[in-house]
Amino acid sequence: MKIDREQWQMVVALLVVGVVCTLLLATTNIFTKAPIAKAERQALMNALMQVLPEHQNDPIGDTRDITMNGDKKPTSFYFSRNKNNTINAIAWQVTAPDGYNGSIHILMAVHPDGTINAIRVTGHKETPGLGDGITKNHPWLNSFASKSLSNTRWAVKKDGGDFDQFTGATITPRAVVKAVKKGLTMYASMRDKLLTDSNKNTSEEAHAQ
Amino acid sequence: MHSNANDTNNAPDIQKGEIFANGFWHNNAIFAQLLGMCPLLGVTTSAENGFWMGAATLLALICSNLTVSLIRGAIPANVRIPAYITIIAAFVSIIEMAMNAWMHEMYLILGLFIPLIVVNCAILGRAEAFASKNTPINSLVDALAMGSGFTFALVLLGGIRELLGQGEVFGFDIFGPEYPDVLMFILPPGAFIALGFILAGVNIINRKMQERKDRQAAALADIQTKSLQTAEVQS
Repeated sequence: MKIDREQWQMVVALLVVGVVCTLLLATTNIFTKAPIAKAERQALMNALMQVLPEHQNDPIGDTRDITMNGDKKPTSFYFSRNKNNTINAIAWQVTAPDGYNGSIHILMAVHPDGTINAIRVTGHKETPGLGDGITKNHPWLNSFASKSLSNTRWAVKKDGGDFDQFTGATITPRAVVKAVKKGLTMYASMRDKLLTDSNKNTSEEAHAQ
Repeated sequence: MHSNANDTNNAPDIQKGEIFANGFWHNNAIFAQLLGMCPLLGVTTSAENGFWMGAATLLALICSNLTVSLIRGAIPANVRIPAYITIIAAFVSIIEMAMNAWMHEMYLILGLFIPLIVVNCAILGRAEAFASKNTPINSLVDALAMGSGFTFALVLLGGIRELLGQGEVFGFDIFGPEYPDVLMFILPPGAFIALGFILAGVNIINRKMQERKDRQAAALADIQTKSLQTAEVQS
């Protein structure tokens, strides 16, 4: 088969457009890489600030990544330390897969003894005005404070638990309560490992991250 | 509309004001063509979301219209659509990366709708119907008009939904704290209902404008016949 001049023109035109666009994208990527990482770090920092108690260290630099059984991605644990360098809380992200509209991402911070310091929802697609109370309803969010596996019935009131549901939205808070409970159970099972290992070797863990 | 202007080297000389009026109002992507419905209905839960979605689209439109117009003689007609799509996709990706870096919160809110600008038919439509046949300056005016018309529509719909749904516009409380939020306007059905009323309003305005034009034309014709009759009588 012979390729005539017109066909060559098409090949060259598309090739040039493709190469130029790729170069443009590569250049933009170089220039935006650092700012994007910084923005994401800032967003994480803002979220951590809302759930962690007062601390003297940098929780993002004081991190351990642990892959749970059955998980594909590792979970990052952020350690919050007071003046004496003892851990006063650990924060990590849990996901409620059974929201009304997709997954709900929750950042939870727990004291070493297994009571909750605070939780915040960091990402969701729940119905505005109904399910999105999980980000806006502060009394509800605050009702998680100082709850632990032993002192609380982990379900919404409709299911015989201790947490309020919202008017017109039960599925969303139910999913959040379930996910936080799962996070606490997970913490209870690996508490000793988390606390001892991290106390032993803080700086090395920070660099490993 | 400009289909008679196929000769790319000899672009038609259209008035800039006319291009702008066409793009912003008479040929508005939302009001007249009903293009780009997906971002329109998807992100306009507030005036601010609508504004930034519109601004991102405006920027993509300016970049793609200018580029397509600049290379309009160099792209063979057979491969023009893939070439345009590649160009549009590149600019949209650049905008997406920039928003991720410097407007992180808005980037998270608009989410998937930013990359979806690539398939906004209003943009490819302008590249194909206008930029590929007109000078870079005219294409820039067209992009500005089309993009700001699109933004105007998004802000209008977002503003109405935010006002009725939350009693606020651009986050400013309008109706006071006693206002019972009408949830429906934040939800998807509210988008369709509000859009329907906006389109009805646009049609009323257009009809009024047409009637005035008709009246003026009729009056002019009347004067002409009368002067003609006078001239006949006198002769």
